[in-house]
This record gives sequence, structure tokens and C-alpha cells, in this order.
Amino acid sequence: MNAPLETVEIEVTVNGERMKRSVPARVNLADFLRNELELTGTHLGCEHGVCGACTVRVDGEIVRSCLMFAAQADGCKVDTVEGLSDSREIEELQSAFVLTNALQCGFCTPGVLMAAQALLRDETNPTRERIREYLSGNYCRCTGYQAIVDAIEAVAKARAGR
Amino acid sequence: MSEFDETARTLLFDAPNSYVGRSVTRPNARRLTQGRGQYVDDIVLPRMLNVAYVRSPHAHAKIVKIGTKKAAAMPGVMRIVTGAEIAMVCKPYVGVLTHLQGMRSPPQYTLAVDVARWQGEPVVAVVAQSRAEAEDAVEMVEIVYEELPAALDAERALDPSEPKIHPEFDSNLCFQRTVDTGGVDAAMSSAHLVVEDTIRFGRHTGVTMEPRAIVADYNPAEESMTVYHCGQSPHMMQGIIASRLSLDEHRVRIVVRDVGGSFGIKIHTYGDEIAACALSLMLGRPVKFAADRYESFLSDIHARDHRVKARLAVDRDGNMTALEIDDLTGVGPYSMFPRSSGVECNQILNLTGGPYKHKEYRAKGTVVFQNKNMMCQYRAVGHPIAVAVAEHMVDQAAAKLRIDPAEMRRRNLIPDDAYPCKSPSGMRFEALSHQRCLEKLLALMKYDELRGEQAELRKKGVYRGIGLSSFIEVTNPSPMFYGVGGARIAAQDGCTIKLDASGAIVAATGVTEQGQGTETIMAQIAATALGVEMSCVKVLTGDTDKVPYGGGTWASRAAGIGGEAVLQAGLALKHNILEAGAVILKTNASDLDIADGKVVRKGTEQGITLAELARICYYRGNELPVDFQPELVVTRHYRVKDYAFVFSNGAQGCSLEVDPDTGFVKLLKMWCVDDCGRVINPKLVEEQARGGIVQGIGGALYEHCLYDERGQLLNATMADYLVPMAAEMPDIECAHVETPTKTSMLGAKGAGEAGTGGAPAAIMNAVNDALRPLGAKVTSQPITPEMVLRALGKVN
Repeated sequence: MNAPLETVEIEVTVNGERMKRSVPARVNLADFLRNELELTGTHLGCEHGVCGACTVRVDGEIVRSCLMFAAQADGCKVDTVEGLSDSREIEELQSAFVLTNALQCGFCTPGVLMAAQALLRDETNPTRERIREYLSGNYCRCTGYQAIVDAIEAVAKARAGR
Repeated sequence: MSEFDETARTLLFDAPNSYVGRSVTRPNARRLTQGRGQYVDDIVLPRMLNVAYVRSPHAHAKIVKIGTKKAAAMPGVMRIVTGAEIAMVCKPYVGVLTHLQGMRSPPQYTLAVDVARWQGEPVVAVVAQSRAEAEDAVEMVEIVYEELPAALDAERALDPSEPKIHPEFDSNLCFQRTVDTGGVDAAMSSAHLVVEDTIRFGRHTGVTMEPRAIVADYNPAEESMTVYHCGQSPHMMQGIIASRLSLDEHRVRIVVRDVGGSFGIKIHTYGDEIAACALSLMLGRPVKFAADRYESFLSDIHARDHRVKARLAVDRDGNMTALEIDDLTGVGPYSMFPRSSGVECNQILNLTGGPYKHKEYRAKGTVVFQNKNMMCQYRAVGHPIAVAVAEHMVDQAAAKLRIDPAEMRRRNLIPDDAYPCKSPSGMRFEALSHQRCLEKLLALMKYDELRGEQAELRKKGVYRGIGLSSFIEVTNPSPMFYGVGGARIAAQDGCTIKLDASGAIVAATGVTEQGQGTETIMAQIAATALGVEMSCVKVLTGDTDKVPYGGGTWASRAAGIGGEAVLQAGLALKHNILEAGAVILKTNASDLDIADGKVVRKGTEQGITLAELARICYYRGNELPVDFQPELVVTRHYRVKDYAFVFSNGAQGCSLEVDPDTGFVKLLKMWCVDDCGRVINPKLVEEQARGGIVQGIGGALYEHCLYDERGQLLNATMADYLVPMAAEMPDIECAHVETPTKTSMLGAKGAGEAGTGGAPAAIMNAVNDALRPLGAKVTSQPITPEMVLRALGKVN
């Protein structure tokens, strides 16, 4: 019974802030971000890696923060929607999402933005089909996805035009 | 019947500075893109505790013994409470509406007492310092159950041999109702053709992205309770929590901030939520409950689960003469409080065949109890079934008579000039536009071209299907929906609007926001009523201490009812502002208007800004005449008086391809034409249609709560329960027809549920259109590949 309550010392850089923390070994990264660091923009929809609402970036790659222990982030660079908002890295996407109404309740949105930014970093001119396929790990129950695809496509085109 | 001056309407809504009819973006969306929303699970209060529940692993079982010793010794555990203990402070509830005559349901306790009646019913509450500690201790609670035989199959629920779920009742019957115009048998026997089918709809559920959550904060010093709730109807919850816990209603405050999807799921009374409030009362500390996804599947209401037998009679030319349906639905072990689980069946009886001209109608509805999770109102309550049944029967008759489905509808839809009129089930229609919507839809789809393409592809062995659906939607409900049945759910709604001291407008409304854009359209309406920029309007929602009494958001009522209250409040405030302006400018109010944030002499730019007017009224009353007191805060309420419901209507189309080898259905495109009266924000209406259609697609093709023979839910995870995902969804093209209702000055009807109501019908018709040349037909939803292969005789 003691194993889950063991703590681990980690050093992690979250949204550019370096910090040392002592975390219970069993705490996942999502709970660590939400409860310990109060970064509540990362949402928990399923807690088993299906819905995509908890998507964050670890060392540049998007991951499901509910499927990763906080202890595994030791030595890593973690970026959440709060960090990407403050740095304005996803400002274009955020504006496009507002313009096309690519969000309703907003619960899935931070995770969708994380995925969209990762797609547009790797692919400059994705088709609508490709955008839809790339989002296959992100649930949205409100929009029906079309406006999300519209927003990402618009940003891709705007970036390609520059 | 209320009549609103058409000239006044035109002057207001067609004015150059009107925001009504404009697709403005949502001011509250930006913070959500930045992760700055505040959902209930984001809220942490000082000294807050967390509760987790032990839930019944059985569909039906006697609770013999509850052992809590080991659990109580676990780290962080503060209190362990059984159902019987909670019942000492929390009254049970009965989910019965008195106008659904004969309906019955026994008192339901927040946690099971003595007997658990569905897998997932909460049995024991464990309160601990952290949620993880509470969940650890849940594992250590020892409960001895004696499993009882379960009644699961709705078809058998009324057999005398079936286990009875409630000993106080003679059977598992919850509610039964019939509608009969009297001439169905005669019409059927003299008909040219009678088509007959049994259509089945699986159970599904809402899968809101944010699971249900509540933080209850009882303050013993003032005997007050503040509840942070993710829900749709704050005042309804205020009444329920106060009455169950014997608190003064005015000392209970419900705060609803951001809600991560709701769709009707978060509008009911859940035992785990009310128990969290009771625990806060018992402990005198804040208590949070946040469901995990497994709990959501087991305890969020399920919906649909209907078997409908239908018969349709038509004459030689395809004119419908009579329709008969027999609906059976299983709703779990209790009728849900306070809206009851009889409403979906009741709606099906009221709505089926509603767009059509036939005179004779007979309908029977039977609602039974069963040992499965509870079923209740979810987006488009009853509509997906009512519409799919009628549209399926219309297509069956059309196919037999070799009439094109579009032509079949032209012949049978109520003509647009026939209103007002009444359906055979007694529904009164004020003004609908079925024919115009159908023609607009066919043009949007390029229907004839699609048919040509379909015929060409069939020669190549490609099976495309085209499906249509015409539908009505219940919106803007009057007190005849719930209030008449004794439920304390407001059909009226209010708005308190003020000019603040800086010259800005603050409007507080009883309707709520779950992301559909309520706050945006209320700001559009307020800005239009007052003649100010939308950016200077702030809208408050979701706080029973701050907004006027209202019903919240359900049954597509927010825009039509909440919006009218905002409009009337805005116009009244404008009147008061102009009176104050007249005093200050020493002229008549009738010579003044508000333009660009200024009170001006009509036709000029001369006057004073609202900021200056507010400054004088609030701070420099000494400059005003002694006999004049400005009133810069007003409240107005509105309810629908002339009709039970203000129906909207529309038409949808679907193009898809069926692979006869695999049974896979690929959606190619969908189209929607909706008439929701005056459109306040076209973009937001379209997004309601799209999102709604995709939820309808879920029910039609993917979503199904699968139970085994012991009443165990087999697919209670997001990985196993299929919902529509981006890759499978088609683009959806939308268009509007506008027939403003005369029951309000605003003229808006609801738009939130039409998509979900119409889509399953269009999809099933399209699948059957594709399968028809192969001699196959599906009559059951979700239409899985297996179902298609069964229909084709390729799988037994």
C-alpha cells in the first residue's frame, strides 16, 4: 500500500519556468499541472488517453498528460495552453478559432489547439481530410468539427501565403 | 394572441446599427481558447474535502451489510456515510409530473437504501482530504450484496414472470398514454396501401466532455449553502437543494460558471450531486464531487431506447391518410426527478408525423422500469425517434408507389399558407414553412444532380444513398411543459438591465451559457434595443444571487424566451434613459433617441453621452429637478402565453455511400435548412445545427450503451463507446428560412435541437435508399456495419 504514496523529486520547466517539486509517484502529469501548479487550462475528459482534452507538449511533442506520470517529466520542458497563450505562439490559431466559432463549451479547445499547432508545425499545407485525420485523437461534442477544420485550414493558408 | 407592431419590429431590427441578424463573434470565446475558463473541477475552496462513491456492481441487489472499518482507517479519510445516514438529512424525491396522468415512480434516495437497482447506483459516500484518498478508501469499503434477478428487457418488463423492481407496485409500468383521433381503423381499411415496420433505437448518452461536477459549500454560521454547479438550470437546482436539505431557499445560492458541454445531461437531479450537498451540510465544510468517465457512463442519464411499431396508410397518389404508432421505452428503475422520464415518450406521441397533412392518428406509449441506468431528457428529447419513424414510413410508402421521396413530401407536407393549424395529436402550429424549407433544401443539395450521379454510380456497383427528413421542433415552451405538472421549473424568464455609472450596460439574465452563445446573443439584443455598441454591454448569467428568476437553458428556450426578456428590458431602460435625457436637455423624450452611445436629438448628433447622463444621474442629482428621480435599472419578464410551445421546423438532407461488402457507411455530405424564426446570429444558429446534426449522426450510426444479460454496461469507456470523430464527419451546409413568431416582439424560436432531431431520419432514409436496389432495409439504430451486413443477408 505504500508504493503509490512514495514521492519523487523532480526538476521540470513548465511554460518556461524552472521548478523543483516533490510529487507522489502515482500522480499523473495532468493532475500535477492542474492541482499542484494550478494550470487548469489542461482538462481531464477521460483519464485514459482517448479524448485529447489533456494534450500538452513535452520536449516539443504533444502527449496525453493523463497517460504520463509527473515523475516522468523530470528534466523535461512542458508547455501548456497557458504558456502558449502567454508567448503568443498560438495567437493566430486562437483568433481563427474565435472567428469561425470553432469552440462552444471550450473544454476540448486547449487540447485541440495543441494538436493543431503540432500539425501546422510539421505540415505547411494540410488538406481538410488531413486536418480531420490528424484530429482523430481529439473529441469535441459541441461543434461537429467543421468549424475547427475551417479555423485550422484558414491559419495554414494564411501562413503559406507569407 | 399577442400581436407586435410590425413597423416597430422593422424599425428596430432592420436599423443600420442593429446587431440582430449579424454573425458577430462571441466575446467570451477568447478566454476559453487561452485555457482561462473556469469549470467546476477547477474550483478549489479553503478546507475543501472531496467525495468519491462506492457504486453498486450489480443491476439489482439487496444490500446486506456495509463494512466501513478498513476504509475509515485509510489516510485522509474524514467521513464515510451510507444511504440511510444521508437520508436523515436529505429527503427523497419523486420524479412524477402530474399532467402525465397515471405516471408513477417511488421515492428515490440520493444513495441506495437497502436495495441497489442499477449497476452504478451510488451506495456509500467516502469523504477524504483529496480525491485520490477518497478513491483509495472506496476500494476498502466492504459491502455484502445479495444479487436479485434483474428486469432488463423493456419488451418483457410487464410480463408477470419478470422480477418486480418496486415491491409497492403491481408491475414495472411507469406511464402509459394513448392518443386517438377515432378514424384510424377505417382509414387503414380503405387505404390504397398500408406500410408497416418496427423501428428500434438504441440507448445512448450525452458524453459531455466535462464530466458532471459540483462543489457544495455550506456555511453553518449563516445556514447558507453556495453550490458551484455545472448545469443548465440554476434556479431549478436552488429549489431542489433547498427543499431536499430543508434549507431556506433564499439562503441557497447556485453559481454556474463555464460548463463543458451539457446537452440535457446536466439538468437533472443526480443522487451523487445532492449527496455532496448533504455531506457539506453534515461536515460544515466545502465538498467537491467530480465524476470520472466511468461514473459518467454509469450514472449520467441515458436516452432514447425505443421500439416503435408503425403503420402508415396512403391513397393511390401517395397522400397520407392515417398514421399509427406504438412506442415502448425502458427508463431505468426510477423516473428521473424533477422532469420525469415520461417526457421523451410523451413527445414522441405528440410529434410523430407532425409535419404532415393526414387527419387520422393513433398512438400508444408505454414507459417501463428496468434495472439499467436511468433514462431522461437529452438533446432533442423524443424528436430523433418521432422524426425517424415518420420519415421512414413516408419513404417506405413512396418506394412502394414509385414516387420520389422529395415529391412524396411535397404532396404531404402541410402547405405554408395553412397556418395556424392543429396536428392530429393536438399540437397547435402558429406558422411553419415546411414547403419552403424543402424547396430550399433541394436547391441547396442540387437534388436532381445528386439523383443523376447516384444512378450513374449504381451502374458501376457504387451504392450511394440520398435521404431527406422534414421535421418540427418543440421550442420556447410555455408553463404547459413542466410547471403544469407540478415541477418547480420556470417557463418564464427575466432580465435585469442597468446603465452603470460609466455609461455601460449590464444585463443579467436567467438563461444560461454552455457555449452555444447565449451571452453573445443577449448582448446583441440588448445593444440593439438600446442603440449602443455591443462592446459596452456586459451580460451576467448563472448566479441565483445576481440574475432574475428564470428557467435556464433547455428545450431551445434561451434565445426565444430569455431573449425577449432582454429585449423588453432593454426597451424599458431606453425609455427611462430618454426621460432622464429629456430632463437634462430640457426637451421632450419623444424628440430624443440613442445613437452611438449618445442621447441625441432625433436626426442630429447633438446631445449628451450615456456616460455623461449616468454621471449626472448617479453623482450630480443636485442638478436634477426635485420632482424627477431617474431609474436606470429595470427588470422585465416574459413567458409564452398563446401557445403551449412555439414550434420551429426544417428539413435535412444526407448523401452517403454504403459498402455492401463491409457494411460501412461513409457520410459524404449533409444539408440543413432551419426555420427558427428571427435569426439573431446566423453563424451561431448554423453551429447549433452542425453540432446538433453530429450528435444525431452519433445516435444514428455509432453510439450505443451495450448491456449484457446481467445488466452490466459493457462499453463504459470512451475507447469502447463510439462517438463521431473529426475524420468520419462530413461537411454540413446550412441555410435559413425566417418565419418570426408573433408570440414575441423578438420573433425568435429555438435552434438548439433541430439538428439532432432531424439527422437520424435523413441518415436512415439515405442508407435504405442505397440498399434498396439490393433488396435490403435497416430499421434499427445505430446502423452499424454489422446491421447493414445482416440486412444484406451476409451475416446471420
